[in-house]
Amino acid sequence: MDEVKDGYKPVIGLEIHVQLKTKSKMFGPAPMGEAEEANVNIDEIVTGEPGVLPVVNKEAVRLGVMAGLALNCTIPEFSKFDRKHYFYPDLPKGYQISQYDEPIAQKGYVNVTMPDGRIKRVGITRAHLEEDAGKNVHPEGLPYSLVDYNRAGAPLLEIVTDPDLETAEEARLFLEELQRIVRYVGASDADMEKGSMRCEPNISVRKPGEEGLPKYKVEVKNINSFRFAEAAINYEIPRQIEILEQGGMPKQVTMGWNEKESVTVEQRSKEEANDYRYFPDPDLPVLQFTPEYLDDLRSRMPELPAAKRVRFAEEYGLKPADIDTLINSKTLTYYFEDVVSELREWQTSDDAAKKLDIQKLISKAANWCLQDFSAALNSANLKDPYESRVSPENFAELIVMIENGTISGSAAKTVFKVMFEKGGEPDNIMQDLGLAQVSDEGAIEAIIDQVLAENAKAVADYKAGAEKSFGFLVGQTMKALKGQGNPGKVNELLRKKLL
Amino acid sequence: MFEYLELSELRNLLDTKQISSVELTKYFLHRIKSLDEKYNSFVTVTEDVALAQAAQADEFLASPGENPALCGIPYAAKDLFCTKGVRTTASSKILDNYVPPYDATVITKLKEQKSVLLGKTNLDQFAHGSSTETSAYGPSKNPWDTSRIPGGSSGGSTAALAAGLCPWALATETGGSIRLPASLCGVSGWKPTYGRVSRYGCIAMASSLDSMGAVAYSVKDLIILANVLSGQDPKDSTTGHKTANFTVNSDIKGLRIGIPREYFIEGMEAGVKAKIEEAIKEMEKLGAVIKEVSVPHTRYGSLVYAIVCPAEIASNLSRYDGIRYGLSSKEAKSLYEVYAKTRDAGFGDEAKRRILTGTYVLSAGYYDAYYKRAQKIRRLLVNEFEEVFKEVDVLAAPSSPNVAVAIGEAASNPLFGYIADQLNIPSSLAGLPAVSVPCGFAAPSDGGSTHMPVGLQFMGPQWGEQAVFNAGLAYQSVTDWHKQRPKA
Repeated sequence: MDEVKDGYKPVIGLEIHVQLKTKSKMFGPAPMGEAEEANVNIDEIVTGEPGVLPVVNKEAVRLGVMAGLALNCTIPEFSKFDRKHYFYPDLPKGYQISQYDEPIAQKGYVNVTMPDGRIKRVGITRAHLEEDAGKNVHPEGLPYSLVDYNRAGAPLLEIVTDPDLETAEEARLFLEELQRIVRYVGASDADMEKGSMRCEPNISVRKPGEEGLPKYKVEVKNINSFRFAEAAINYEIPRQIEILEQGGMPKQVTMGWNEKESVTVEQRSKEEANDYRYFPDPDLPVLQFTPEYLDDLRSRMPELPAAKRVRFAEEYGLKPADIDTLINSKTLTYYFEDVVSELREWQTSDDAAKKLDIQKLISKAANWCLQDFSAALNSANLKDPYESRVSPENFAELIVMIENGTISGSAAKTVFKVMFEKGGEPDNIMQDLGLAQVSDEGAIEAIIDQVLAENAKAVADYKAGAEKSFGFLVGQTMKALKGQGNPGKVNELLRKKLL
Repeated sequence: MFEYLELSELRNLLDTKQISSVELTKYFLHRIKSLDEKYNSFVTVTEDVALAQAAQADEFLASPGENPALCGIPYAAKDLFCTKGVRTTASSKILDNYVPPYDATVITKLKEQKSVLLGKTNLDQFAHGSSTETSAYGPSKNPWDTSRIPGGSSGGSTAALAAGLCPWALATETGGSIRLPASLCGVSGWKPTYGRVSRYGCIAMASSLDSMGAVAYSVKDLIILANVLSGQDPKDSTTGHKTANFTVNSDIKGLRIGIPREYFIEGMEAGVKAKIEEAIKEMEKLGAVIKEVSVPHTRYGSLVYAIVCPAEIASNLSRYDGIRYGLSSKEAKSLYEVYAKTRDAGFGDEAKRRILTGTYVLSAGYYDAYYKRAQKIRRLLVNEFEEVFKEVDVLAAPSSPNVAVAIGEAASNPLFGYIADQLNIPSSLAGLPAVSVPCGFAAPSDGGSTHMPVGLQFMGPQWGEQAVFNAGLAYQSVTDWHKQRPKA
């Protein structure tokens, strides 16, 4: 990425659409969900047959308001739907039911933590509900296009940010945090690749010394991932600066992101002169959000990522990078906390466990969640750790076993694999597989004596200064112990013996 | 012999097995076949469907137990109501070949009653009009004088009724489309409170105005129909939660009837005025208390309507684009042409006029000045009616300032509808219920020799159908205008 030229300040705002996770469409009972063929998730309301009427999907409203609250927005007492008119084959009624001047949420913000620790506050101008359009399909080489209405009528929440972002990196980090928030609330799967989240950046650049917003902005469409959003912005900024440097002003157009060439391309915009002729939809009642309704939603709000980050750092002493990864899955954070609570239980009830350092246990638990457990969940295609066969109780037990030397780290991985595949308690599995770690000093010493006796040359090399030979002798000892030697003890005792 | 019978009489004939539903249906189908050429009141006659439904009704009638009020009784539906598997055109070329994949809610209710659909009646295209002359299938003719209009937009329904081609018919009103044709054809019509009857499945004209009602030979029949058709519909968010349990009550002693002075306009035909005044005297004889009232914002009614109605029409007609159903231009060579050529070929002039007007008033920079402002004035109208209904129980007025004009008169005057409907538009804007009843005959002012029907209307407060029915019923208990029939 080119360094932004001196004095030029990019001004970036994002327009994001998330598809709300409901069973049926925004204004009718036709089903949402995966469809095997075109035009199956439809009914007469979806295709806009003459005479049909919309009915508001209450769950969509609830999810939208929850998301608005999670974005620190103000929820008004009244909100309404408006018709937004334009002609396109994927828009059955010739208008989209959306919200114009009385959206369900306004004036919020998201705090994004930058890599250097700086907090960037990104304002949320508004969030509103609307129905999605269908999809046009243009078969290659044929003189016609097809329309698929499976997606038509799907409930969307459109979120618009203030033009507060200044770099592509900020934009990407913001999108990642927004995705987290929306997933935490359960409002959407927010998956860019699967289309349940879409993003259109609006980019302009302030000339050195310019105050206020630039008099143009460029909208970029067809972005299918956060990385592409970042790349598109990083392409646009220098492109615009070049024009500004030459005394011109970039055209106010819509650009399309070309993934293959990694460039933005001007789109023939027919929407230039679009007047949507908004007016309140007379078929739908006004929404009224009572204090009781909002209080109820607030009471059902889960702990959001921002608060969780702070609390995890304070309560569990985890590294910021680890917290960031952990926090990407709400259910994994719940699971992790259950494990910690089990670990604390162990400490109070088990004498041996009492001697262990709780912080070390917690860190180890976090590590296992982030590495082995996450990897296993991914391979098994499980999103929810609670759906796995590993209970938090057993998970915690395994951690304790590793910490107090009952089992070696590598043997634990084997035990874990069995736990994941078949379930069961780690202690039993370890016994069944004969994987108990040897920590008994006497036993280890006996083996060491044998190894030293059998490897006189290595001993001599080591004593002559070859550190590598020590490693060799450790290896031989571990081999003799069938890999179940407590590595720490083996090292310690071997060193002693070689003095 | 079965034409012009009231619903209770037909019910009795069917229940006592003096006639079967199939026989009754065949009778009306035969009448339609032989007579409708003169009136052009039907767009589609659903012979096969009718006979199948009649057979089902007969099966049900044969089983023990009480029969639903409309079981086995034939009816006609204004061709605005979507009937599953049965062509529905809105009398427009753009839907000439349209077959809906679903039933309107009221049609479903009538199927539950085991009613028999005789066919779909003619209307002004998309209900835009007051004479049926904007229909793509030609105007319907007034059975009292076939050189004259039957009124509109529900002119096909009222003409069919006046000609004795069906026992009753579904109709709709947005700004007079039930009351006006009922009045001009000498039949009784009910315009419900907005939100009383489900709009689901009825091709939309102006969403905040469209009311689904009926026309029949008496207020007694309208009450039966109101009890069947009314009700909250989860598919229509604009229906209210009021249950309908209208009773037959013609005692109007002490009923306060307001006569709004603004409704007796200059230019009202003398014959009409005379008949209305006679009718009001009848009401007084029955014990009603007559009071002159004033609703001055009436004069803004047509202006508000002229903005709000086309705006909603333009929006609702956006979906007719040649992509999914209906007419699609074969000459189109680009996407734009699919839209432009389809809509140009498919829509009639009046529809185009309203789309242009509506698009204009909603356009950027004009929404506040026109639509929003009109809606605010509309609120004033609503408030004014609310105030007046504190002083009186119902309002009485003519349904039309004149009797039916000749066919062709309306077509040459784009303002015709607004003038003809100025007595109905204000109460439509306010969502009020009304009933129109025949109250005599008058000589048309164009010198025609046939005296034409005059209609009297009673309007009530929102949800106030009962008072309006009582008034109409009382009037029909001491007069027999509603029993007059045109010469065959």
